Amino acid sequence: MSMLTRTRGATADDLAPARSRGARESIFSRGAALLVMGVFTLYFVVPIWWLFIASTKDRGDLLTTPALWFAEWNFFTNVGDLISYGDGIYFRWLLNSIGYAVVGALLATVFAAMCGYALAKYRFPGRELFFNVVLGGVLVPATALALPLFLLFSQVNLTNTYWAVLLPSIVSPFGVYLSRIYAASSVPDELIEAGRIDGAGEVRTFFTVSVRLMTPALVTVFLFQFVSIWNNFFLPLIMLRSAELFPITYGLYSWNTQLNQIPELRTYVLTGSFLSIVPLIVAFLLLQRFWRNGLGSGSVK
Amino acid sequence: MQHNKRAVATGVALLSAIALAGCSAGGTTDSGTDAAACAPSEGDVTLEFTSWIPGIEDVVDMWNEENSDIQVAVQTGPNGNSGTYKSFFSQLEAGNAPDLGQIEYDALSSFRVQDGLENLAACEEVVAAEADFIPWTWGQVTLGTSDGVFGIPQDSGPMALFYRSDLFEQNGIEVPTTWEEFKEAAVKVREAGGYITNFSTGDINQFAGFVWQANGDWFTNDGDAWTVDLTGDASTQVADYWQELLDEDLVSTYPAWTEEWNNAYNSGAVWGWNSAVWGANSISSGAPDTAGKWSVAPAPQWEAGGQSSGNWGGSSIAVFKGTDHLYEATKFALWLNTSEEALTALNTSANIYPATTEGLSLPSLQEGVEFYGGQKIYDVFAEAAEQVNPDFVWGPTMTQTYADVSDGFQRAVTGQGTLLEALEKAQASTISTLEAQGIPVAE
Repeated sequence: MSMLTRTRGATADDLAPARSRGARESIFSRGAALLVMGVFTLYFVVPIWWLFIASTKDRGDLLTTPALWFAEWNFFTNVGDLISYGDGIYFRWLLNSIGYAVVGALLATVFAAMCGYALAKYRFPGRELFFNVVLGGVLVPATALALPLFLLFSQVNLTNTYWAVLLPSIVSPFGVYLSRIYAASSVPDELIEAGRIDGAGEVRTFFTVSVRLMTPALVTVFLFQFVSIWNNFFLPLIMLRSAELFPITYGLYSWNTQLNQIPELRTYVLTGSFLSIVPLIVAFLLLQRFWRNGLGSGSVK
Repeated sequence: MQHNKRAVATGVALLSAIALAGCSAGGTTDSGTDAAACAPSEGDVTLEFTSWIPGIEDVVDMWNEENSDIQVAVQTGPNGNSGTYKSFFSQLEAGNAPDLGQIEYDALSSFRVQDGLENLAACEEVVAAEADFIPWTWGQVTLGTSDGVFGIPQDSGPMALFYRSDLFEQNGIEVPTTWEEFKEAAVKVREAGGYITNFSTGDINQFAGFVWQANGDWFTNDGDAWTVDLTGDASTQVADYWQELLDEDLVSTYPAWTEEWNNAYNSGAVWGWNSAVWGANSISSGAPDTAGKWSVAPAPQWEAGGQSSGNWGGSSIAVFKGTDHLYEATKFALWLNTSEEALTALNTSANIYPATTEGLSLPSLQEGVEFYGGQKIYDVFAEAAEQVNPDFVWGPTMTQTYADVSDGFQRAVTGQGTLLEALEKAQASTISTLEAQGIPVAE
């Protein structure tokens, strides 16, 4: 309304078109942005919604009722069946995944932080060469390394053990890269100098001063590594043979390949997949706080 | 389970190539010269056994309880082509393969040419067991050799025709007994708004089963070299036949075991399926709403009154090279695949259809099946099992062959090229794959 009255005013003739055009443009572009975001949100949320719906149905309803809306509520029956199938192997897998991902990501973060920090803050011969090698590591897909790793681990009899999945997971070239960049920009040399003058050793300076400054980067490294370990599929496929060592992704996959022999596995795979994304969501929600804070404080500088 | 085959196929092919490059010579021709002696080991033995059959642990527990001196530890993984073969190849490469492993018939040759299997003919009990097995399943593990046995047959997949007896009856359509009648029936079914069957473009084993039934031979091995014949008379005949059905839109081509495939069967859009014995389970699980409306008839024949059946699927238990316990391993494998207790357990827990002649008369296979209107469907399959040509041999590079044929079939379905052209291309690329791997090919 106000816009209309303003354009009528003769004195505002010159301003009005510009203003109204501006207003129209902003509505249009905001609408477009919302539309794009809406489409993408749908794109990401619909599969999860589908998975949730599917995990509440029994096997018959799964095929015969609309895919995106509820039929008879069987969620808890499904979960109960899932838990009891194969002596509760599903929860074993879930715990394994959490173990691999939490321990692996923590260690990977610590190592990446130390390595990146050292590369950023210490001068030593071969530093750039070393860094370039690490950068090269970012480019090598994990899949390509699985077979050579298997042969190496076979030599030392570590295949089909927890170590076979855990050890390769604690290496994160991308984490080293990120830590170096972040340490270089967020940990002032003067602060380290001050620490030295106050009599703190290098290790102590690192853990009490530098790590805190690097927290946002480290949370990012942790999250990335956590997700990539959680989703890592090829390494367990190559390394593991005993069902009690499987992570959840690989366990569900092996069930999924047996659908036409054991049809009830379909429900278990669906319910199991749905439950398996819950820890990821929890991890994100918990860490997001640190992450956002960190990014914010970084930008204020 | 089969639809993700191709995704992994490329990976397997690549890894096989790497693994093969590691082996000095392919070793296709030596049969059994370096076989380990088949003698009992001293002391207690623990065997490692990798299988993806769900519930296999319970069956193995039965063995472990009775045999304290030969314990079997089960390892598991996804279905063979979906990953377990890949593991086997890397384990063989690293020299730490399990003692025993489950291998489908069509993959057995690939393991053999890479020298990954023990020749079980060294064991008397194995040789003596030949008589227990349905002849063609034994043919699958001898791989066309006269003095080699490279696995103990486990299950088989004789083919027949599943069809919606209610719809056939309502529309007055006779159940076809020959392929000619099958086509006529297909036209009538199409007029009534359905499809008579689903033609698999992703899982080439169905087509191979048709060729097998028509007495075709895709591969032969004379001990020195492989002959590849994907485009022989039988293959051509079968390809032309199905090409016609496809051209006239008489068959559907849903990828098997997907949601749309299930839906097509569940909603009555597709009225039949030329499939193997385990297909009974696929239909009952995929189309639960159609319970009681299905029947099983013998496979349509090329000649009226003919008695020939194809096979789709089936696997064996092989002993990997490098085992220290050949004797114990074969003892266990024989028990697993011939004893009534094991076969019954495998059948009830995982719908494994046995490969022994006696296994066909398991009590659990004599009952009427509710989903199939109470029909004793396993009688049909027992008969079909006896009618499978025993001489069909798989080549050593089936993953590549399947991938090529499947690519061509999928193009053919969309109107680019024909099934026969797909076979011709696969013929050429199979020969070049064999040559690239140093496996001799007869011209």
